[in-house]
Amino acid sequence: MSGILVYALHYEGAFNKNSLGAVSEGARLAGELGTECHAIVVGEGVGDNLASQLGSYGASKVFRVEGPEGLAQPVVDAMAKVAADNDHDYLLFGGGLLGFEIGAGLAARLDAGVVMEVTEVEARDGKLVAKRPILKDSQVSDVHYRSKVGVIIGRLNAFEARETGGSATVEDVDVDFQPHSLRASMVNRGEQRGGDVNIEDADVLVAGGRGLGKAEGFEQLEELANALGGAVAATRAVVDAGWFPYAGQIGQTGKTVAPKLYLAAGISGAIQHKVGMQSSENIVAINKDSNAPIFEFSDLGVVGDLNKIVPKLTEAVRAKKNG
Amino acid sequence: MKICVLVKEVPDAAVEKRINPSTGRLDRSGEKNLNPFDTHAIEAAMQLKEGGAIEVDEVVAVTMGAASAERALRKAVSLGADRAVQLTDDALAGSDVNGTGYALGKVLEAESPDLVLLGQQSDDGECYTIGAVVADHLQMPSLTQVIKIDVEDGKLRCERQAEYGYDTVLVELPAVISVGDAINEPRYPSLKAIMGAKKKPLDNKAISDAGIEPDRVGYDNARAHCSDFAAPPAKEAGRIIEDEDTAETVEQIVAWLDERKLLA
Repeated sequence: MSGILVYALHYEGAFNKNSLGAVSEGARLAGELGTECHAIVVGEGVGDNLASQLGSYGASKVFRVEGPEGLAQPVVDAMAKVAADNDHDYLLFGGGLLGFEIGAGLAARLDAGVVMEVTEVEARDGKLVAKRPILKDSQVSDVHYRSKVGVIIGRLNAFEARETGGSATVEDVDVDFQPHSLRASMVNRGEQRGGDVNIEDADVLVAGGRGLGKAEGFEQLEELANALGGAVAATRAVVDAGWFPYAGQIGQTGKTVAPKLYLAAGISGAIQHKVGMQSSENIVAINKDSNAPIFEFSDLGVVGDLNKIVPKLTEAVRAKKNG
Repeated sequence: MKICVLVKEVPDAAVEKRINPSTGRLDRSGEKNLNPFDTHAIEAAMQLKEGGAIEVDEVVAVTMGAASAERALRKAVSLGADRAVQLTDDALAGSDVNGTGYALGKVLEAESPDLVLLGQQSDDGECYTIGAVVADHLQMPSLTQVIKIDVEDGKLRCERQAEYGYDTVLVELPAVISVGDAINEPRYPSLKAIMGAKKKPLDNKAISDAGIEPDRVGYDNARAHCSDFAAPPAKEAGRIIEDEDTAETVEQIVAWLDERKLLA
């Protein structure tokens, strides 16, 4: 039979929220196509309880494969086998780094069309059409598959997880991994660099990017965040540079937030950052480059030097609150 | 060992990119440059070569693109590559990720590198995926978005940020690694290197030279086609303040925040 196969990423006993969203989306689309949505989980000793949870998000069957965790290529082998044995037409992924790697590997292995950063999927005439924003999100394109199998890689937070209360059977599959898939090995996974900061409960976030120039630039953001009664967050670039803890990172491989106020200082607004904060109620951006993409999706944009503006803004906010 | 670095010519960041409505493909005319992420890949190759932990005999820059892509290749050579390979053929025009990865895989197969490096994304296509496609064709282990590479017993110890924090992965050679821009600060080429780049060998290949089957590349054989371009649902344009008098700017920001009851 044909159908949709969804990759479900898990870590430390829980599924990734984006994977659960992809399962829900797969179930919705399978309903429209008149077929079934299956899920696949690859890991070490995945229990029945965990695997069968995917049923309540809409999967009718879960394929369970014993294999290494956190690496893409063993999953490529597993999905290629399961898709071939079960004649799946579409392979679906939620947002995230592994989804990109696995989906791309499958495109090569199965000679399949692949579309990434998909924000919406539609069933038309018995086929799926993927909507993909391009050119810094200035256009949205409909992408049509021209191959037997289509690979759909969702954008972070594109698909909403919905518990519908169904149940799934769990089927174990043995996979002979390709030699090259076992030539990379995980030494250490999920290291939390920097201290623990809580940004997910804050109503106000003041976020800093590369435009701060140096790690010390965060001191003035702490001051402003204090004045506003909020917390400080950061982009991936400055976390990779060691200026701010990973726990405070917004975006593709960090947190997704939607505070009442998001004030971005020295952040250009790359897609990978945008996907983690675009649902914020009010977005204010301060950037010296008037062409920065962040001005395309901010409610108030200030073109200027943050080193001049932020300290004065902090003073003015304090004065206003005390006044 | 031999390192191949995949590079790409992309529209200059200052050029506004657009879709050609008649072809449904990216209009690639206008000023071009070497994809900024690829300069980090070349720098990573040079640091491995100069680092001494592993012997690097040769760094080869490889591209697929129009004839004009030679400029991007020359820039790659001026940054340290020893020679260059350019795959150019009309039959390749409009290839999707699938076809591009297949074609580059064929060129790399002939080079038989011990390591393939590339930038994690291109400035224009925003696909992040070519490395993983190429790796599957070459049957090599692969990792993308790597921000640190150390040589350890002839293997590469790579670090990257993934969904749950930083991962450290040991990758055996030969391998395909895509790098993020946090991995290094690319050097500027010296005038001497820029002049010298013109004298380094550049090997031009057509698809027949690389054993590429014509029915697997080009727009007509793409496995996915884009169509029906539309503007995204419009978000109301935000207000913009140009900071001229900072005291006044700050006053306006505070008033704006106050109107929305964000200073309560």
